[in-house]
Order: sequence, then C-alpha cells, then structure tokens
Amino acid sequence: MSDFDRVRWHCRRGLLELDIILTRFLESGYPRLSEAQRTVFSGLLEYADNDLWDFVSGRNSSADAAEEEVLNLLRET
Amino acid sequence: MSLPTRKFDAVVVGAGGAGMRAALQLSEAGLKVAVLSKVFPTRSHTVAAQGGIGASLGNMGEDNWLWHMYDTIKGSDYLGDQDAIEFLCRMAPQAVYDLEHYGMPFDRNEDGTVYQRPFGGHSSNFGERPVQRSVCAADRTGHAMLHTLYQRNVRANTVFFVEWMALDLIRDASGQVLGVTAMEMETGETWIFQARATLFATGGAGRIYAASTNAFINTGDGLGMAARAGIPLEDMEFWQFHPTGVAGAGVLITEGVRGEGGYLLNKDGERFMERYAPNMKDLASRDVVARAMATEIKEGRGCGKDADYILLKLDHIGVDKIEKKLPGIREIAKKFANVDPVKDPIPVVPTCHYQMGGIPTNYHGEVVVPGNGKDNNVVPGFYAAGEVACASVHGANRLGTNSLTDLLVFGKASGDSVIRYLKENPGHKDLPADAADYTMSRLSRLDSQTGGENVFEVGAAMRRTMQAHCGVFRFPDLLTDGVKKIREISERAARTEIKDKSKTFNTARIEALELDNLIEVARSTMICADARQESRGAHDRADYPKRDDVTWLKHTLWYKDSDRLEYKAVNLKPLTAESFEPKVRSY
Ligand SMILES: Cc1cc2nc3c(=O)[nH]c(=O)nc-3n(C[C@H](O)[C@H](O)[C@H](O)COP(=O)(O)OP(=O)(O)OC[C@H]3O[C@@H](n4cnc5c(N)ncnc54)[C@H](O)[C@@H]3O)c2cc1C
Repeated sequence: MSDFDRVRWHCRRGLLELDIILTRFLESGYPRLSEAQRTVFSGLLEYADNDLWDFVSGRNSSADAAEEEVLNLLRET
Repeated sequence: MSLPTRKFDAVVVGAGGAGMRAALQLSEAGLKVAVLSKVFPTRSHTVAAQGGIGASLGNMGEDNWLWHMYDTIKGSDYLGDQDAIEFLCRMAPQAVYDLEHYGMPFDRNEDGTVYQRPFGGHSSNFGERPVQRSVCAADRTGHAMLHTLYQRNVRANTVFFVEWMALDLIRDASGQVLGVTAMEMETGETWIFQARATLFATGGAGRIYAASTNAFINTGDGLGMAARAGIPLEDMEFWQFHPTGVAGAGVLITEGVRGEGGYLLNKDGERFMERYAPNMKDLASRDVVARAMATEIKEGRGCGKDADYILLKLDHIGVDKIEKKLPGIREIAKKFANVDPVKDPIPVVPTCHYQMGGIPTNYHGEVVVPGNGKDNNVVPGFYAAGEVACASVHGANRLGTNSLTDLLVFGKASGDSVIRYLKENPGHKDLPADAADYTMSRLSRLDSQTGGENVFEVGAAMRRTMQAHCGVFRFPDLLTDGVKKIREISERAARTEIKDKSKTFNTARIEALELDNLIEVARSTMICADARQESRGAHDRADYPKRDDVTWLKHTLWYKDSDRLEYKAVNLKPLTAESFEPKVRSY
C-alpha cells in the first residue's frame, strides 16, 4: 500500500489556500521529511481547515514543538 | 457483472452543507441513511464560506421575506423561478432558527438576538437602502455550519462513508433511480449502493476554469453522473466570476482592498476603471469590474509576458493601514503571488467563483425533466440540493449569502420530499441485471487504455480553453472556436490513460474519474454559452450586449447526448406573492 497516496489525498481540502500550499509541500518539502516528521505531518492534516490555515499562514502557532517544526517548513512553502 | 451491494432507504452523495442538512432530516425521521463523501465531511468546500447566510430575521431593523425575494429575483436578472425564490426567502428564517437550535455558534447582538451584517445586493423596501440580513459566525460561518451539522448527524445515526467516490447513477428501464455505484478509495473496490431514494449534494464544478476560487475537490461529479444517465443540465452558461483572484492561484483577494483605496492597472500603468466607470471607478459592482478587466486583457493591455493579468496596486495605502485594515492580505499575496503588496502590485484576474446552473429541480428538491409535452416531470427516486442543483433560485446571477441559505432550505426540503416519497413507495425495487455494467466498463476502459492521453494535460487544456474562450466576458469568435476545441478535448478525455493501476488510494485513477465529470460540465458550459444570444446576469456577450426578454427569458437544458439543447419557461408565478415583472437591472 502506498502511504504517500493516502497522504496526498488527505491534502485535498475544503480551502483552496491549503490545497495549493499542501500540494507544493508534497513536491518540495515532504520527500525530505524524516519518518517521525511524516507522522507529525499526517497528524497536522487532521486539523480542521481553518485551524490548519491559521497555523500555516502564521496567524497562530501550535503548542507542540514537533508540530511547530513541521509547520515552519510549511510556512516557508 | 454483479458487485457487492449495500441497501439503504436513502443514499445522499455529498457531505457539505446541503448533503448534511438533507441527511439530518432523513435520519431524524428514523430512516436508514448513507452519506458518501470524497473527503471528511467537515472538509467539504462549504468550509470556505465566510460571508454568511442570508435570512430576513429583521434583528437589526425592519426586514421581511418579500424584500429578500425582490432582491433575489432582481439579482438573478429575472431568470430565477419565482415559486422557488419565494420558498427560499420564506423558509430562510426558520432554517437559521433550526441551525441555532442545533447549536450553531452565531455572532450575537447585546440583546442576545443573532447579529446580522450587511452584504451587497440585499436591500430593504425593494431596493431603497441596504439592509443587514446576513447571519454569521465570525469569518467562519461555513466551518461552524459543517461542524454543527456533522455532530447532529452523528447523533442521529447517519452512516457516513468517508473517502468513497460515487461513480454513476443507477436507473432502470423506466428511468427510476435506484442508487449509485461507488468506489472505496482505501481499497479501490467498487460497490453498489442500492437506495429507494438517491440525493445528490456534490457541490460545484469551479475547477473547469484555470482561474478558480474553488477547492480542488469541486469537480462537478454529480453533474457528470447525471449527464451520463441522460438527465439534462440547466443554465450551465451562468458562472459567477469574482474580479480579484490571485493570477495563477485563484485565491480570493477581498473586495475590501479596493474599498481601502487599492486600484487596478493595465500594462501601460493606466488606471483603466476610470474609463469604464467614471464615478465608481474600481468600486463599481463585481460584474462591471470583471468585464472591464477581461476587455483590457482581450485588447492586449494585460500585464506580464503573456499579457494575461491585471495589477492590483495597494502600496500607496501604506504598511500600517494594510496591516490593520486588511489582515491576511499580505500573507496571501506573498504566498500565492510571490509579491509583497506593501511594495509591489498583486497580479489578479477575474476568477470563477460559483455555478448558478445544475441538475434541474423543483422547489421540493425533486429532479425534474421535460417529457410528454410537460416541462417538469419528476424523476422517481432522484433528488438534488445545493450548488449541484438548479431550483432555480439564483437564475443568471447569485446574491452573496444566498448559497448557504439555499443549502439549508433545499437540503431540508429535499429531505422532506424523500420522506413523503418513501412513505408512498415502500420496499426496494429489484436492481436491473446490468446495474453496474456501465461503471465497470468505464473502469476497465481506463485500466486497459494504452497509448492514451495524460490526465493532467487534458485537464489543463480544458481549463485553459474554458478560461480563454468562455470567461467572464464572451466574444462570438472565441465561443465558436471554443466549442470546436472543447469537443476535441472531450474526445481526448475519453482516452485517458493511467500508469499506476494499484488499488489502494490510487489518486491517479480518482483524478481520471474526476476529469470524466469535469469535461461534461465544461462542454455543457461552452455549448450553452455559445447558444444564448443575449447578455443576462453573469453571461455577458460582446455581440449581444443587452438582455432580450422576448427571446431569451427561458432556461437552457443541455443533454450530453449529441450536445442537444432544449429550453423551458421561467416560472414567473410565485407561490402566494404577486409576480415581479422583469425590469432593467440597475443598482
Ligand atoms: C471562497 C468562497 C467563499 C464563499 N462564501 C460564501 C458565503 O459567505 N455565503 C454563501 O452563501 N456562499 C458562499 N460561497 C458559496 C458556497 O460556499 C457554496 O456554494 C456551498 O458551500 C456549496 O455547498 P454544497 O453543500 O452544495 O457542496 P460542498 O460543500 O462543495 O460539498 C460537496 C460534497 O460532495 C462530496 N462529493 C462530491 N463529489 C462526490 C462523489 N463523486 N462521491 C462522493 N462524494 C462527493 C464532497 O466530498 C463534499 O462532501 C463561497 C464560495 C467560495 C469558493
């Protein structure tokens, strides 16, 4: 089974802003993530769209250090 | 070939606002209901709606449904059906109270009543002055609505099939709808969902355009499924465009930017809106600005190496004011246009936003088709609500906040219709032996195709063609050429090939199947737009700049079968109110 395809589908969102950022990230940042970071990334995808966008656009930050680390990569995307 | 089958009283395809409102009505009536969704319900596109829900609660000052009705009919440029519009506006307050009762966290006034904000096109006393009619939950109305409806559905035992993609409608020889075929993304398996009633709430298809504010999931699956099953699509030439989507990305730049003093420039650095709207300039209404931008681009005064966008300048507003009055804009411009608007202008284009047309329904949410000398015959067992449906309440142009109202009112109404129908028609009808054959032949065609077309390339060609030939402002030569091109692209879409044949979460297969739906929407749009020789609402033709009520006060119906067109009368007779006769639309 391809985990990447599952993650890729979970990057399909209700907000276009996220569709675009997450698609870009799948191509650029995701391949370079460690296994642990990939798990964190999958966890981030469970957030509601608006909460995730607040994180990614920098309006909000996560209290979890591991999440912040991956979010910082997303913010640069 | 027979497939594994699940049986339900009702199957709802789509878990956005419309689908979940309908499902709730059904589950709370004790029916066995399945809701299918490509994505987790609260990730449906409804989540993007910020503006609010239009309803004449009158919490901020006098208001009533008749004024809302007038605004909606005028906004529709008189193409809306007045029975359905009366129903929408009369039911809207109750739809909001229901949602409040379910626990929706609406913004409130100090006296505890639900707060209402103003929105373009909504007025009191038949256009006299603006009225505050839109209820909201901060800038997260759609989000709050989805979460509220989801929780309530879980409580009512609605069965959700998440990450399931419906593929085709099942109809028997008499035309009755008996369910859908659907694929589970996780396993790649195809099932039959047999249902006594089938309700489509699959949302819009804004992804047919290169420039779209819609999320990637808005691929018009319900429209494709209906068209393939012989159901016509209504008024597909009408698409609402927002003037300022970021070029190349589609993400919306709020009208507030121009409100705060931002303005548009062509490649010569000219503030061209002064020519098109000497008084209102960049603050003229959406369609006027979008049309001016399209004209500048068409006449070669667009910016960039392909002369295909316009610049939105706001650096003169100043950093402080941009940060304070337009929060989030800098982030969006940096992320999606790669410019810092404090220094450089943002490249923008008129961007596809909302589909007014769809599967033809009456105001009960029943799908209706012409036949036997009548315009509107009910298709037994088939219902539609939300952006996929055309009731028609938005006619040629939708008013802001009326879509969410539509989801709630027609979600509930279609649910009630299903309940009535199931009472009168107990038991499941037998499935025809070939119920899944069509789907299976489509899937095996896709899996066995060799030397075929690349899905992404065909999709890109479709989006470019729609944008260039059937955009906000429509030119006869481009339309004629566009019809030819989109038919060629349709033929290519019938020969798509995927390299990855795996079963599990095969996104290549899913995207190929989505393209099958998008292409039907694109072709119907181009054909209907080419045929309608007038300008009305969102359909603007350079060669026929005026509305023509003598010839064109009618709905278009497009059939996939040889791109056949039929027309049907607009219902100008409300349920109880006096008819609103077509008048010149001016604001
Ligand atoms: C940026 C933006 C802002 C907006 N703001 C407002 C606003 O403030 N007020 C307003 O009134 N309107 C607004 N609109 C319009 C409004 O949001 C939409 O028209 C509305 O949300 C559509 O809801 P829906 O329930 O019809 O479909 P959606 O919410 O799009 O849901 C469609 C559902 O169908 C499912 N689906 C689709 N195809 C399949 C398939 N083949 N198999 C299984 N499931 C499928 C999806 O998974 C999803 O669950 C806005 C639109 C945009 C783009």
